[in-house]
Amino acid sequence: MGFLFEDDNFALFRDGFLQTIEVSALSALLALLLGTLLAAFRVSPVPVLRAFGTGWVTLFRNTPLTLLFFAVTFGLPPLGVHFSHLVFAVLALGGYTASFVCEVIRSGINTVPLGQAEAARSLGMTFGQTLTMVVLPQAARTVLAPMSSVFIALPRNSAIAGAFSVGELYSAQQTFSERGYSIFAIFFWVACAYLLISATVATFFRFLESRLAVAR
Amino acid sequence: MRTSRTLAVVLCAVALTATAACGKDGTPGAAASASDAPKLPTYTVKTDAKVDSPIIAEARKRGQLIIGAKADQPNLGWEDVASGDRSGFDIEIAKMVAADLGFTPQQIKWQTLVSSQREPAIDKGQIDFYVGTYSINDERKKTVSFAGPYYIAGQDLLVKQDNTSITGPESVNGKNVCTATGSTSIKNIQQYSPKITQFDTYSACVEKLLSGEVDAVTTDDAILKGYASKYAGKLKVVGKPFTKENYGVGLKKDDAVLRNAISDALKAHEDNGDWKKAYDATLAASGSAAPDVPALDRY
Repeated sequence: MGFLFEDDNFALFRDGFLQTIEVSALSALLALLLGTLLAAFRVSPVPVLRAFGTGWVTLFRNTPLTLLFFAVTFGLPPLGVHFSHLVFAVLALGGYTASFVCEVIRSGINTVPLGQAEAARSLGMTFGQTLTMVVLPQAARTVLAPMSSVFIALPRNSAIAGAFSVGELYSAQQTFSERGYSIFAIFFWVACAYLLISATVATFFRFLESRLAVAR
Repeated sequence: MRTSRTLAVVLCAVALTATAACGKDGTPGAAASASDAPKLPTYTVKTDAKVDSPIIAEARKRGQLIIGAKADQPNLGWEDVASGDRSGFDIEIAKMVAADLGFTPQQIKWQTLVSSQREPAIDKGQIDFYVGTYSINDERKKTVSFAGPYYIAGQDLLVKQDNTSITGPESVNGKNVCTATGSTSIKNIQQYSPKITQFDTYSACVEKLLSGEVDAVTTDDAILKGYASKYAGKLKVVGKPFTKENYGVGLKKDDAVLRNAISDALKAHEDNGDWKKAYDATLAASGSAAPDVPALDRY
């Protein structure tokens, strides 16, 4: 267990940890924004937008994440799209998670009684106003629990980015393995790091749940 | 060409075909199929081989010799996923050793093991011995024994055939160099301050090299020669190795009988020209001539 504090191992581990947080945070932001937008598309009255939302979810939710990373990292540059590997990773991970976020939010929207939307419409609210002022605030409360699962899974999914030139925890683990340290010691520390991130996300969502709880 | 290539990539991704199935335009062995190409040597199986080692006795009983190898290094340690055929220089080395231990190629059971699994698998007896870019070093000698070396490799650079700007490690300053995630190659090249890209596999790096997104791929020259052979005429190995790695055959620690038997087998096949023939039929297509046969280290 002590190898972490030898040589420059701790610096490598810390950099990997921070990079994991950076990839995860950026992807989470993208996933949340894109996912909400996609959910709005899927319940919108415009057929083209509905089809786009359905198409996105079908494609991204059903494709293995590693394959998405491949498609982004090796498919985009020949088309003239050049970003850093971090951006590629955020696009793949964010786009993938957005499809899950979309479905979670859509399920939340479906829990809001139809009468709510009808009442808002009869007051003269537009589709956008109905969604953002009446439906989504109620939907958000009910989806907190499944949403926390999605965002706890996200940092762990980010390990795949390590295989695509992002220097995060997985690649730090690869380096330690290559240097010949005990596998168990390496995985112990890496597991601790992921546990810390997941626990933080879970705590945050529990806080939100108690904060947003309303009597029904 | 470019669009059709892109289309092919997209189609491959969409069809969820195994990634190995994409870009197969230079399958290993394609170069060797030409009539004037060097032929693989065949090895006479020593049916009367007497090796008084518990591992070999066990292998005789089960009728199979279990050899650990790599499966993702073209012309070095490669498995054709479709047919299950193994090919490459390391595979030939394993076959010649097996022949001298009294096992035919059909009696070899190959076991693919990545680098990190090698010591545990040998130690626990899951494989009888291992042949696959296995560098002999003191750290590993604590858990396993080595016969050999049978090949001296060194970290080198793989570049495009028409590249004249990269002539050795000192010319990679600021260039984009690709290697495997977390590998020791990173540390060795870092002092020449290139921009480093890391992928899980060398084939991903080579793909990026072919598309021109990275300027060079770096790792042991044996692995690079395998890719240069696969893409003969497109890629070349610079040929200025800046580290030294002794490849050996890894086996159970302190099985001196087996170690000597393998060393004898290596010596015999190096002396009768099989070693050179195996090199010529595999890695030589890269355009790099065979290096000198290293002297065995019988410790």
